[in-house]
Amino acid sequence: MRFKIASAALAMTLLVGTQASAETLKFAFQGTYNQQDPYSLNETFTLGMLGNVYEGLVRRTPDLKIEPALAESWEVIEPTRWRFHLRKGVKFHNGNDFTADDVVFSADRVRSEGSDATQFLNADVKVEKVDDYTVDFVLTGVNPILHSEWSHWFIMDKEWTEANNAVKVTSASDTNPNYASLHTNGTGPFKVTSHEPGVKTTFVPNENWWDQKTHNLTSVEFTPIGSDATRVAALLSGELDMVFPIPVQDIKRINANPGTSALTGPELRTIFLGFDQRRDELLHSDVKGKNPFKDARVRKAFYQAINMDAIKAKIMRGLSEPSALLISPYLFANSGDFSRHPYDPEASKKLLAEAGYADGFEVSMDCPNDRYVNDEAICQATASFLARVGIKVNLNAQPKAKYFAKVLASGGFDTSFYLLGWTPGSFDSHNVLKNLNNCRDDKGAGGPFNLGGYCNPKIDELTAKVLSENDEEKRNALISEAYTILHNEVSHIPLHQQGLAWGVSDKVTLVQRADNKFFFKYVNFK
Amino acid sequence: MFGFISRRIAMALMVMFVVALISFLLFRFVGDPINQMVGIETTPEQREALRERLGLNDPFYTQFLRYIAGAIQFEFGNSYQFKQPVADLIGRRLPATLELSFASAIFALLLGVPMGVYTGLNRDSWLSKIFLSVSLIGISLPTFFIGILFIFLFSVTLQWLPSFGRGEVVQIGSFWDTGFLTISGLKALILPAITLGLYQMTLIMRLIRAEMLEVLRTDHIKFARARGLPNRSVYYIHALKNTMVPVITITGLQLGSIIAFAIITETVFQWPGMGILFLQAVQNVDIPIMAAYLLLTAFIFVVINLVVDILYVVIDPRLRSERGRA
Repeated sequence: MRFKIASAALAMTLLVGTQASAETLKFAFQGTYNQQDPYSLNETFTLGMLGNVYEGLVRRTPDLKIEPALAESWEVIEPTRWRFHLRKGVKFHNGNDFTADDVVFSADRVRSEGSDATQFLNADVKVEKVDDYTVDFVLTGVNPILHSEWSHWFIMDKEWTEANNAVKVTSASDTNPNYASLHTNGTGPFKVTSHEPGVKTTFVPNENWWDQKTHNLTSVEFTPIGSDATRVAALLSGELDMVFPIPVQDIKRINANPGTSALTGPELRTIFLGFDQRRDELLHSDVKGKNPFKDARVRKAFYQAINMDAIKAKIMRGLSEPSALLISPYLFANSGDFSRHPYDPEASKKLLAEAGYADGFEVSMDCPNDRYVNDEAICQATASFLARVGIKVNLNAQPKAKYFAKVLASGGFDTSFYLLGWTPGSFDSHNVLKNLNNCRDDKGAGGPFNLGGYCNPKIDELTAKVLSENDEEKRNALISEAYTILHNEVSHIPLHQQGLAWGVSDKVTLVQRADNKFFFKYVNFK
Repeated sequence: MFGFISRRIAMALMVMFVVALISFLLFRFVGDPINQMVGIETTPEQREALRERLGLNDPFYTQFLRYIAGAIQFEFGNSYQFKQPVADLIGRRLPATLELSFASAIFALLLGVPMGVYTGLNRDSWLSKIFLSVSLIGISLPTFFIGILFIFLFSVTLQWLPSFGRGEVVQIGSFWDTGFLTISGLKALILPAITLGLYQMTLIMRLIRAEMLEVLRTDHIKFARARGLPNRSVYYIHALKNTMVPVITITGLQLGSIIAFAIITETVFQWPGMGILFLQAVQNVDIPIMAAYLLLTAFIFVVINLVVDILYVVIDPRLRSERGRA
């Protein structure tokens, strides 16, 4: 809960009051972002950066609760009609007024062809302007999580976008970026002053922001630094005020260095293992004529063979939280009711013997080696734990570009046993149930990221119910029911929530959010 | 001379065609570009449509011919990541790489040549021994390791020089931005230039040393001495000149590899040049950038080879007369 502490520190600074002086925040991230069109790419870092410039109707607090932003308030006036009251007096960076027209326009644009963010707002939702500052969203069915992704559904200025011929979203396959890709015009607390992808991006505060200013910055400079060692060195030498992520093995050094410290906390992403449960014979195994992973006992045997405490201590240097669910405990109220199947190699061997594999078998495992924190090391550890119960794992660890090409739908789900990470974009269990656990066909329709093709019609039924249940308690009970089935049947093996690790200079205070987004508005120089 | 150059150019075109073909064959094994272009929640149907639009479903030879047809017109397509013409992107990164390469080549020559001459003349002095052992380090440690070592020594511990980036740059015209004109730009240049040039410096020094040792034993040096010429003119005019042919060959080729393979140094120092652009392209399966970069690299080598061949003729009169007879 370090971000709580950080926000407490922030509150303290606010009480003391902030002095005006020239403070440039310089920070680095391991990657970069290219397009500035907020609908071009649904990716955490891109949306996180743009979240300093653009705003949605709602936003998330440091502990990820939804709060009003461009909408002052909202009410569900009929089960399928939500009314949003827009904030008055908000101006875009170019001085245009923010009105209901902009919301209607953005709703059309985010669902238009070429948008990578179509799922932020369902295609069958009608958006109606009631007056200049009131907008109704008319749904075809009940949906309690209508606005769950709206903290990154950014509202764009209708006039500006139209005037600059940027109504059509620059899609992944477009060869020419439109005006909105190269320029920004949001309502947020910062404005982009220059953006050279892969080299440098600079920001200045928006002096006319509608909300209370909570930072004392005069400008922000972002540089992508791909090499871990260089990124850490630039922080240690004092050239940068903040870098992320930092390798877990460098946390000690950064803390030992005077003037810098590591800020760590839980991330929302869950790392898990999955099995091919759809094919009648595994593609990459010495078991012929049948698929051992169709037997829940084998899956549970794998589960109980893996010592997560050891992985946490040795590989993650303590910076992970072993998990019983496919969703972060921060995103599901009843997660406390679940605990992992215990690590027990003896029980594991017994289960394998019961299932007819007393002598074990051989299977290939697919694993990325540049996507998640220490991903390849986790797979290696898994292989050696499984070897102890007689399972021979042939590890195939590859760069993410090759890994995803093989295991996703485009590669024909070509895997028998794999490691994957998932953060629900909506911060909600429905996304996890739908994408990772609903039955799918060979093309992936139904449960597109259910790579192993786990299928239980009961789960599909519960998923549909979860979507349309408005009462929070009943909804959580349904989700719990689904997770209980998944847990007992071992649809996947949840491993852990990986930790976030940022390197921060002692000169600044800031807030680390569990979704790994960095907001300049919380940054203060001491 | 004309026939010689046109033969060379025909060969150069062949080389570049083969490079394009081989690199295109390799691109089939680098992964799927689509996954790097869209968010994880993009549906399989959308991915398939994208693949179709980019022409990635076409057979290999169709894709290759399309590419060659474009390349002949200097049309290298648009980057998958940046959505901008590859030629523009590489053009914008070229100044950074060329300045870095230029600085490190100067460093390598200005230090390497005198050190080579000195160690050749004073074989047993203690300074020669120091030069030789330092050069051993330069030639045996990998570049990224030297770079990180420099960063930790000069940036983190001593805090003299910046650990990444180009510092402030000044725009000259619309095509060139230079770091040579600002203090921070020059400071930022020092560590990467030394890191990149260390290997070349060592190579030049050792080469000149060996050549010097050989030339000094030849008759015309003995005659020069016998004529009573001062040592300086014997060493630097008569001896050094005769060591130059192999040195120029090696320096030329090394200059090519400095420009083409600054990838590692650029990555360690986050130098915003072509090398880092190429590396990002590999990670993101950005085929248009990779293809254009490899072609450019081939082009640079071919041009340098051509220039070196012409320089031989200029420097060594013997080659001129032989060619004249043939």
